[in-house]
Amino acid sequence: MSAIDLVRLSKVYPGGVTALDGVELAIADGEFFALLGPSGCGKTTLLRTIAGLEEATGGAVLIGGDDVTALPPGRRDVAMVFQDYALFPHMTVTDNIAYPLRIRQVGGAERRAKAAGTAGELGLDALLERRPAQLSGGQQQRVALARAMACHPRAFLLDEPLSNLDARMRLEARTFLKRLQRELRITCVFVTHDQAEALALADRVAGMEDGRVRQVGTPAEVFRRPANTFVASFIGSTPMNLLEGEVREGGRVAVGPAEVPGGPGAGALAPGDPVVYGVRPEYLTYAGEPTGGAFSGEVTVVENLGSAQLVTLDGESGSIQVVVDEDTEVAPGTAAWAVPRPDRVLLYRDGALVP
Amino acid sequence: MATDAAGLGRGRAAAFVAPALLLIAAFLVFPALWTVYLGATDYQLTGLAAADPQVTGLDNVERALDEEEFTHSLGLTLQFVIGSAVLGQAVLGFAIAWLLRERGGALRRLVEGLVLLAWILPSSVVAFLWIALLDRDDGTLNSLLGTPGTAWLVEHPMASIIVFNIWRGTAFSMMLYAAALGTVSPTQLETARLAGASGWQQLRDVVFPAIRGHILTNLLLISLWTFNDFTPFLLTNGGPGDETEMIPVFIYKTAIFDGELGYGAALSVLMLLINLVIALVYVRLLRRRDRAPKRTAEVVKSP
Repeated sequence: MSAIDLVRLSKVYPGGVTALDGVELAIADGEFFALLGPSGCGKTTLLRTIAGLEEATGGAVLIGGDDVTALPPGRRDVAMVFQDYALFPHMTVTDNIAYPLRIRQVGGAERRAKAAGTAGELGLDALLERRPAQLSGGQQQRVALARAMACHPRAFLLDEPLSNLDARMRLEARTFLKRLQRELRITCVFVTHDQAEALALADRVAGMEDGRVRQVGTPAEVFRRPANTFVASFIGSTPMNLLEGEVREGGRVAVGPAEVPGGPGAGALAPGDPVVYGVRPEYLTYAGEPTGGAFSGEVTVVENLGSAQLVTLDGESGSIQVVVDEDTEVAPGTAAWAVPRPDRVLLYRDGALVP
Repeated sequence: MATDAAGLGRGRAAAFVAPALLLIAAFLVFPALWTVYLGATDYQLTGLAAADPQVTGLDNVERALDEEEFTHSLGLTLQFVIGSAVLGQAVLGFAIAWLLRERGGALRRLVEGLVLLAWILPSSVVAFLWIALLDRDDGTLNSLLGTPGTAWLVEHPMASIIVFNIWRGTAFSMMLYAAALGTVSPTQLETARLAGASGWQQLRDVVFPAIRGHILTNLLLISLWTFNDFTPFLLTNGGPGDETEMIPVFIYKTAIFDGELGYGAALSVLMLLINLVIALVYVRLLRRRDRAPKRTAEVVKSP
């Protein structure tokens, strides 16, 4: 168990593709840390560089205060769980779990005892003699976790840990994973492209784009106050409405013909400044009647989300999405209004949040 | 009334298959049976027995097993198969494929090109090149090594043709293993690396189990090809004396030079049986499903 520090970490592939561009991160001991971003943002490269599977072209990786940048993966004392679990198909569950111990030349009997112990903690007792092909996806993932746990590494690295599971198993595995990490109190870094997964699992999230970390914060911080339009558009199960606007007198913002409250950030700006007006669909109130300080438009799409519905309004201010509760009748083709909740409005100037 | 999916009925379906069956019967089944029959006679190329061969039953087989010549050539053949195919081509081919697996570009293409060239050249051309290479007086090898006057094909005939056949046939193993290595899961290799596995441990624990089926299939094919290979005859003529007279050469000399067609046919049948035994051993190994991952077992299900 150890902190992981990344110092100006860079990775440039031969051929000139920059995968990591001076990444600075401090991951605390025992923290559950998410690397979040779209594909190609460098999050997997970052994880693999921590593991030692990729060589950094600049900067340093420190695990527990030791500079491990030049060490091969086998000597960094970290364990990685891959998206496909990477179980050895010709070995039984016991042999798979005991594999790292075998490489460390732990004796056969002790090895099997330790493997059985770890398997017991993860509820795999009944499966010890099976082969990976005879296990379900969730069981395979537990075997991969048990193999990572068996040699008590300083940190866990998880590459898209939930994406090979079906939707129902995924929720179950998510809770399981979080509980396991709490119990083991082990530093854990995982990569995901699913913002919901990152928010649900992690203590802190790093949003990545083009090999750079764009924001680091707790799930609440990155959800409520995304530091830039990239993170704002990426986080949230329904993407944030981001509309071009202009600051007006009295802390209001004009977006097309609509003049709406500018939120806490408007005071710092002068009238006439161009801004991007950000408000989440959850923080807009739907109205069927004309209302002041609201966006107006025609209902074009209604998507049922179960306990709510996502309504798209197309108007002169642009296309705006609103979350409407299940009891409100919304018919496509009718005129509607959306009132932003002033304390949840975020303004972005040149892509960055106005504080 | 047709009961089959295509609605042909038995008669017409048979008519469709008949030409293929006829060809197989004429060119495969009949010669094979004819060889078995000839092997049971004292048929000769010339003389009385050529005109009126007598059935002698298992006399030819008994003679082969009694005669030292046959066991001698069988021993040489095994040396040749194990030395040049199993140890030589398979190991060297794997080594080249493993070393080149992550390399792209010019080096890989160059090595693969050279290895392939040795494989695709016609035997007669290759034999001529090697005779020139190994020549006693003006041979390239002698001038390279500074050993003038060494007659490689006379002083070390078996070693020479084993090295020759490794050079000649490594390309197949290399290509097969290169394709097989592409199927090895990179994440399994990385898991082994993260556990601290050495290069050899990665091979033992990840690579070999994953390509077990490919390894056995390759060994089966190159063993059979090498067992039946006639090209060394072009280099050594089976000599000096009978030092490189392996089974195919022995049969050729017996049947064609000595004219003992009946005895030669019996030897051919024996050779066929030995081939079958080799094939059966490998197929047995491949079928051991419990140790092999499903995928490799599937491949060889129908021999």
